[in-house]
Amino acid sequence: MSQGRLERRAAMASLLAERGDDLLVVPGLGSTTWDLAALGENDKDFYMWGAMGGAAMIGLGLALAQPQRRVVVITGDGEMLMGLGALATIAIKRPPNLAVIVFDNGVYGETGMQPSHTQSGADLVGVAKACGIATCLNVEDEAGLADLAGRLKGLRELLFARVAIEASEPPRVLPVRDGAVLKQRFRAAVGVKA
Amino acid sequence: MNAPMKTDWPDRLFDTLKRANVTQVGYVPDAGHSRLIERCCADPQIHDVVLTTEEEGVALSAGAWLGGQRAALLMQSSGVGNCINMLSLMRTCRFPMLMFVTMRGEWEEFNPWQVPMGSIVEPALKLCETQVYRAREPGEVEGLAKRAAQQAYGDERIVAVLLSQQLIGKKVWTK
Repeated sequence: MSQGRLERRAAMASLLAERGDDLLVVPGLGSTTWDLAALGENDKDFYMWGAMGGAAMIGLGLALAQPQRRVVVITGDGEMLMGLGALATIAIKRPPNLAVIVFDNGVYGETGMQPSHTQSGADLVGVAKACGIATCLNVEDEAGLADLAGRLKGLRELLFARVAIEASEPPRVLPVRDGAVLKQRFRAAVGVKA
Repeated sequence: MNAPMKTDWPDRLFDTLKRANVTQVGYVPDAGHSRLIERCCADPQIHDVVLTTEEEGVALSAGAWLGGQRAALLMQSSGVGNCINMLSLMRTCRFPMLMFVTMRGEWEEFNPWQVPMGSIVEPALKLCETQVYRAREPGEVEGLAKRAAQQAYGDERIVAVLLSQQLIGKKVWTK
């Protein structure tokens, strides 16, 4: 099913190579958080151990609050499916410094690789487009990934991308679990005051 | 009393949010909050964010705080039920969360479908470690809102102000 798709850890690494000081990342709970932590913990990443369905909206609040920085949400298909309405909400606000990227492997990895709705035809790019997001990309190969990485570097319009990844289970890399610590160190890294 | 009470409490509530430096306001369209929503949408300093479901506003508030802004969430009592799991995010990370909830299902409610959620708003919020205040009279709104904002942003905790159905008035079903 996932033959020829991109490998998730390598895809995460390519997207965030030369990420720059002004890039903030919000992963979804589960695999995308482990993928991000595998690149080394970064104070400007807000790792998630829960809040399923909330990653894109956390990204929106952050992007509105930090218009001078780029905000990239990188979540999984299951996590995005739980909060699809967020795409309609985000499309209205259209923050130019926000990218929502979905690593789509067609399965719920954390619960035992059960098929997700995308495997049966739910089209996340189609949903994002229909919600009114002008730039929606379907990334299925290395060239597409390189194009997406380039767009993130000079991000100046709201972007949605679905990245087809293989249904693999690389070893978990677990970041700090204490939510209050993650929050405080993120805020310190961004330089915001109480 | 059949006509809604004419009071300026939504304007006082708006002023309180401005003084508290709230710059993101999430809401699901709601008759009881309509005046406050209009004021927020008309203010260029406020990001008004219309949501498809109230839990989006919880996550929005977390993102706002991560980026150094203060958010508030406006909703009807039925929306509280939609927020429950996402409030775990606020509890685990100790994010501030300020909610203003217009109550349905209590005073002279015509629609019985509003009663099940309306009747458990207070205990449900309290189970989620929320400090709950209730305004019954128009004159109480501003003071409670000010206190709630201080507590939410100052102590980084979840605070809700419930706006009793008497404040909003009875929904007119036949015109």
